[in-house]
Amino acid sequence: MKVRNNVDILQTLRDLNAHFGPSGEEEAIRKRIEEIAPGRIDEAHVDALGNLILRRKGSGPKVMFAAHMDSIGLIVTHIEKEGFLRFGNIGGFVADNILHATVRFKNGTKGTIIPDQSADRTKLTLNDLYVDIGAKDEAHASSLVDIGDTAVYEAPVSETGDRVISAYLDNRISCVALLLAMQMLDEQNSDTQNDLYFVFTSQEEPGLRGAKPAAYAIDPDYCIVCDVTPADDQPGTKHYGSTKLGGGAAIKIMDTSVICHPEMVNRLRTLAIENGIAFQNDVIQRGGTDAGPMHTTRAGVLTGGISVPTRYIHTPQEMADKRDVQSCAKLIAAFAGSDLDKVR
Amino acid sequence: MKRLIKELCAIPGVSGFEQDIRSHIAQLIQPYIDDMRTDAVGNLIAFKKGAQRGEETETARALQNVRGGLLIAAHMDEVGFIVKKIDDKGYIRFAPIGGIDRRTILGGKVLIGKQKIPGAIGLRAYHLVSAKEEKNVPDVADLYIDIGASDKQQAEALISIGDEIVYDSDFADFGQGMIKSKALDDRIGCAAMIQLIKKDLPCDCTFVFTAQEETGARGAFGAAFSIQPDIALILEGTTAADVPPLKGHRQVTRAGEGPVLGVMDRGTIYDRNLFKRLRRLAEQNSIPWQTKRTIAGGTDAQAVQTAAGGTRIAAISVPVRYIHTASSVAAISDCEHMVALAEAFIASVAYESEE
Repeated sequence: MKVRNNVDILQTLRDLNAHFGPSGEEEAIRKRIEEIAPGRIDEAHVDALGNLILRRKGSGPKVMFAAHMDSIGLIVTHIEKEGFLRFGNIGGFVADNILHATVRFKNGTKGTIIPDQSADRTKLTLNDLYVDIGAKDEAHASSLVDIGDTAVYEAPVSETGDRVISAYLDNRISCVALLLAMQMLDEQNSDTQNDLYFVFTSQEEPGLRGAKPAAYAIDPDYCIVCDVTPADDQPGTKHYGSTKLGGGAAIKIMDTSVICHPEMVNRLRTLAIENGIAFQNDVIQRGGTDAGPMHTTRAGVLTGGISVPTRYIHTPQEMADKRDVQSCAKLIAAFAGSDLDKVR
Repeated sequence: MKRLIKELCAIPGVSGFEQDIRSHIAQLIQPYIDDMRTDAVGNLIAFKKGAQRGEETETARALQNVRGGLLIAAHMDEVGFIVKKIDDKGYIRFAPIGGIDRRTILGGKVLIGKQKIPGAIGLRAYHLVSAKEEKNVPDVADLYIDIGASDKQQAEALISIGDEIVYDSDFADFGQGMIKSKALDDRIGCAAMIQLIKKDLPCDCTFVFTAQEETGARGAFGAAFSIQPDIALILEGTTAADVPPLKGHRQVTRAGEGPVLGVMDRGTIYDRNLFKRLRRLAEQNSIPWQTKRTIAGGTDAQAVQTAAGGTRIAAISVPVRYIHTASSVAAISDCEHMVALAEAFIASVAYESEE
């Protein structure tokens, strides 16, 4: 039975974050998204990589929206005699991002990330860190956690004014935006004939891996990637980015994986202006997105991006502005319902 | 199996120059397969029909009828070098093909080009090395190969720019079931595939001896794209570091303690259910197994997994010490266990339903 929830940003974020989904192990988060996805869905499909593809059929051009649902995480590589766990990184982060974070395994086991006493604190690498799950020895630890098991941040979702502090805004907040947009389409009774694919992709964090086969299989006319983008409004910024929290939906112009087609950038800007949606230009010089593999799929796809500006990405305390999420959702819905020509 | 690995390791096959090893393997497997082709990148693709023994499950039927079914791949290329320049004195300047630690090649023996011209990777005499110089490992660009030529003309009569250069190293069978050779990565995987090909298999399998893995999983991409398998199994050689002074989690894998089951490396997060299946099959068949203690390396899996519409991917690797050197070392028991586990995996794909 499908539960058709009303998408509230904070509540949905809490819901999604309660579901496990580090890259490669997205089963729990995937099932939850499928359960709560609102609006008309004619087909649901899970592919070999674990991408969730929700289709709202139409006779018009194929439009693919992609928000990755996987999160960064840790993977246990070794259990020491004393019961401490050594781990590798799933996705990109450095020791500094995760030091002293609390983590949670799929079976509920909790742990905390600690550096070796002998390690040089000024030059910490992930090899100097271990997870302490409170086990008394190797046998005890092995009864709780297996080699190859993965863990994610265990951090609360807090609200401060219009802003949200939470782990995994990257990219659960864009999943929320996409779900919200699906609901908007329904509420607006959109009669669009666009053939819409809402794709919650797997394995974005370790290297944009899920989106590629999903885009290949769908063979879309247009792609829109929905992700977070590093905000550029923090003290000491080196200006690798261009967006501000609260400045509106970030319309992607370029990241390290894509230069968006000018036609897509213009379309999105025009839609934002026509619909009174706050927007800002998004150029980042660090970090890529699913837009990379999507725009080079097959003979190439017209690709754009709608992002939520986010601070402190890949730490357990990321921050974003709910108004931006709302703007992103409106812009996604506007594009989904807009008049588009088939590219081929 | 030892004899087969020795035979395969002896044949040159630097990435992009796989002709010799490819034709040798083709000859070995010809009697046991139903169809074979070489594609544009140089992958050798062999199809073998399953014997269809026993009860056919839905999974087995689906695999045989839908798309490309089960793909098994091992790369046949090896790391090496390429001739970049022949200088006026007849010395050869060269560049590496694949990831080679330049500390391991000083004073090494090599063979160049189709004619296998012997050469020595030269270095100034130790008497002439200053204390400061001694502390630094020279860049590959500063090294040269001496082929005994007295000038450029003489050298050019023997070799050409663009010729491949391969390690010249003898196979050894030593210690407690250990083997030493160049190219163990991944002739071990090739040997394992040849052994599987010689058996009666319970379902259709496409075997790919891939080209150009060492330069970035380049061959496997095209092969997987043309086959579009549902499930793929990669047989590889992987880094072992059970050597002093490394301890605990920094040892990556340990030679002789069983094949390594793919969980995650720098290129791939392997299909969780297939990893669990391999683990279960190993336990059921009393095959020792291990996983990487540090996330490192990459395999053809990275290309196969995301080719076309995507593939569920698994890997079994044999730990290899001093990998990518002329003297890499592995345990023969790990190689035999890899074959046994791969065979159990094929049977599980054919007969078991999804867990």
